[in-house]
Amino acid sequence: MMLTDLTIAQAVEGLRKRDFSATELTKAHTGAISQLNGRLNAYITVTADKAEAAAAEADKALVAGDAPALTGIPLGIKDLFCTEGVRTTAGSRILSNFVPPYESTVTANLLKNGAIFLGKTNLDEFAMGSANLTSAFGEVENPWHRTGDSSVLVPGGSSGGSAAAVAAHLAMGATGTDTGGSIRQPAAYCGIVGLKPTYGRCSRWGTIAFASSLDQAGPMTRTVEDAAIMLQAMAGHDPKDSTSADIAVPDYRAATTRSLKGLRVGIPAEYRPDGMSEELLAVWQKGIDMLREAGCEIVDVSLPHTKYGLATYYIIAPAECSSNLARYDGVRFGVRAEGATSLDDLYEKSRHNGFGEEVRRRILVGTYVLSAGYYDAYYLKAQKVRTLIQRDFTNAFEKVDVLLTPTAPTAAFGRDEKPEDPVQMYLNDIFTVPASMAGQPAMSVPVTLDSKGLPLGLQLIGRHFDEETLIAAGAALEKAAAFTARPDLRAGAAA
Amino acid sequence: MSYTIEGSTGTWEIVVGLEVHAQVISHSKLFSGASTVFGAEPNTQVSLIDAGFPGMLPVINHECVAQAVRTGLGLKARINLESRFDRKNYFYADLPQGYQISQFAHPIVGEGSIGIELSDGSTRDIGITRLHLEQDAGKLIHDQDPKLSLVDLNRAGVSLMEIVSEPDIRTPEEAGAYLRKLRQILRYLGTCDGNMDEGSMRADVNVSVRHAGEPFRTRCEIKNVNSIRFVMQAIEIEAARQVEVWESGGTVDQETRLFDPARSETRSLRSKEDAHDYRYFPDPDLLPLVIGQNWVDQLKASLPELPDEKRARFQKDYGITAYDAGVLVAEQAIADFYESVAKGRDGKSAAAWMTGDFFAALNRTGKSIDESPVGADKLGAMLDLIADSTINGKIAKDVLETMFETGETPLEIVERKGLRQVTDTGAIEKAADDVIANNTDKLEQYRGGKDKLFGFFVGQVMKATQGKANPAMVNEILRRKIDG
Repeated sequence: MMLTDLTIAQAVEGLRKRDFSATELTKAHTGAISQLNGRLNAYITVTADKAEAAAAEADKALVAGDAPALTGIPLGIKDLFCTEGVRTTAGSRILSNFVPPYESTVTANLLKNGAIFLGKTNLDEFAMGSANLTSAFGEVENPWHRTGDSSVLVPGGSSGGSAAAVAAHLAMGATGTDTGGSIRQPAAYCGIVGLKPTYGRCSRWGTIAFASSLDQAGPMTRTVEDAAIMLQAMAGHDPKDSTSADIAVPDYRAATTRSLKGLRVGIPAEYRPDGMSEELLAVWQKGIDMLREAGCEIVDVSLPHTKYGLATYYIIAPAECSSNLARYDGVRFGVRAEGATSLDDLYEKSRHNGFGEEVRRRILVGTYVLSAGYYDAYYLKAQKVRTLIQRDFTNAFEKVDVLLTPTAPTAAFGRDEKPEDPVQMYLNDIFTVPASMAGQPAMSVPVTLDSKGLPLGLQLIGRHFDEETLIAAGAALEKAAAFTARPDLRAGAAA
Repeated sequence: MSYTIEGSTGTWEIVVGLEVHAQVISHSKLFSGASTVFGAEPNTQVSLIDAGFPGMLPVINHECVAQAVRTGLGLKARINLESRFDRKNYFYADLPQGYQISQFAHPIVGEGSIGIELSDGSTRDIGITRLHLEQDAGKLIHDQDPKLSLVDLNRAGVSLMEIVSEPDIRTPEEAGAYLRKLRQILRYLGTCDGNMDEGSMRADVNVSVRHAGEPFRTRCEIKNVNSIRFVMQAIEIEAARQVEVWESGGTVDQETRLFDPARSETRSLRSKEDAHDYRYFPDPDLLPLVIGQNWVDQLKASLPELPDEKRARFQKDYGITAYDAGVLVAEQAIADFYESVAKGRDGKSAAAWMTGDFFAALNRTGKSIDESPVGADKLGAMLDLIADSTINGKIAKDVLETMFETGETPLEIVERKGLRQVTDTGAIEKAADDVIANNTDKLEQYRGGKDKLFGFFVGQVMKATQGKANPAMVNEILRRKIDG
């Protein structure tokens, strides 16, 4: 077995037993990155030297015996988390020269726990996208391919670089951020686990904002247990983020072995839109059966406002983004346009050159829905519908403990099959957006391969701050599914 | 006092509402830990939050919230236990985030009022619509480089209170009285230093005109007027302009104008069509601001005595006139000074000395009460010397004068200069006899009916005793001798 094939849990144990050193483990990954990143483009910035230096320190700590939980574990960091002294781009040209003088709370927490950062992973520009096609630093390739078909597939988005890196064993785990599905959907497309915690569980401080009322950081890993280990290190109250919850972080790893006897699993009727593939319905049924087998009670529930989720999301998220992205004017940091003749001209040139098409589209949509005369019809109405969506979940969680749904309507699609209509692209988020709107924690777990050999995932949605039930149910699904398939493009396996 | 404009179509009255931006006294900014001290080197008091760096988040400064609540209480206003912060979106070089965090729909303070007093002694209440918290912007500097505008972000993010009045003001004088009273209350509360020349208090002036009894007509907003005198001038000039527009058959457009004191005119800055669409929406980085009634009650209990209450108490406790009391409560420091002097002494005499010779001396030396070389203890000691007849009032004037020059205690001066009042009957009698003997002609005239000459004799006796004779005794002895 190669070191890059280990799970985080196995590596933590192996490092402590000195089966291998942190330096060996890190070098195995930096080697894999240099072998595969040229093709996958999962990383925008690779910090191999920094990682190897940190690994040497980790080895000292391991020898000394005072090593925190993640000591020596090499991770990828989505390039939306500000990292002190390491360029942070948000996948945008406008930040292509931005080196933050500060470390985000989430990455600082990981560093404090001994983690080693391999580099900054690719993403849709400012986390806006579902296929990792909008990054200014190039598209990411999904390490999976259809059986007997070498067409390049998208890894999902926006945390597509993180998902591809973890799936291809270019990192043991990676951070992602999820605004409307940006952790869960790429996790499903790449056959890995992606956990979006409850809104407020992980600090947003130092993470570049897309839509502040929705953004939430979470782990992307190859196993549920690894997600629990990573989340443990990432989560916690942060007085620097007013929306961060002052609620104790439980022992997530312990939840992986929790019994599911009597757990009530809700199956929402509204997650069965017309035209949903038989194959996806069958996978969902398979998941239901697995959880029933594990002792769960299956309950039909209704989330009647689900159908408004996507429309509501594509009002609120752009509205917030139009304001959040106003600070990118090229004046104090970032790329400033040359040859501007006035202040307004400077703004227009810097922002036009700096932002890609999708980001510009969302800024325009957001500006429109907040404008005088349109605010009530769009933004205010969307906020009201959001309240109804939240109420749907509150009502459902009076009857059940967790919900089970598909994560995405399809498996990964081909780069050249991308829909021309942006609204078609937005449909990728149809199952993930409602939980985001309500702030619920949700996780995607890979369950099976479809008939073309591509992974499909199921989504679990939990009560606020009850990630433990997600982890328990996710671990049970994972065990029952025994999903061991790996992509053809991965460390050591690529031809 | 009424103020109207006589036009060709009749009499016009003016309608004014004021929006005052008052910089909150606090150690750090509204949403960041950066210092707020005025006058530091440019861009030395700027946190990453103030500069709008990626991923930075605002965290409310509770001291600023307390200051807003104190101010609301001082304006007898409703305190809203739940308020919200909104983003006001626009692009400008002094606004790094691209939006100002403000309170649009749900301010922390609701309706209140301010009582003003006018020069004819009449009083009025001016309604307060609301007070909300918001961030100040940075400062642009245009005169340091021929081609570049420079940005100083020290002020960016400093906490402001925007205090909005009802359109209750009807004269320039009322506007001035309102601003002075508001500034006085803010200074008493310690929530804003009220220094308009440093920009820590600025006013936007909304002006319209109408014939009496009409509904309101279109108003114009004059932005950022930075002295009370200019506010009063701007109202006069703008009202006259609007009357002229209406009477010449035009219409006044709702717009933002600038006041140019040098040219005594207001100029259009931007029309309603060019007005920004600020796209206000609730700031998703901040939770609703919820405060407890208990906390508000605690703040209320610890409020200082405010000018109106203090003035009433001074009249009652010290028996002084409303006018004197008004002068003495104008500033907290003066009121404190007066109370130190008046406590345990004759309040009327203390008020007379302070508002008279003491203020005159301060004015002459160009010093504020805090810098006065004569402290309350020394002024009090001087009053004590008058009360126990060590010196008389005339000598006291000189003593006070000397105190300002040398900083000595009044007793030291009296001793050094030998100014003790002469109460020795024999000495005064002798001086009186000498004066009478030397002025027999005057005595004749006096006795012949020229009563006014009595003052001449008093003056001569005082002169002979170098002013030190007890005036009452001089009077008594002279009456006996020359009337006898």
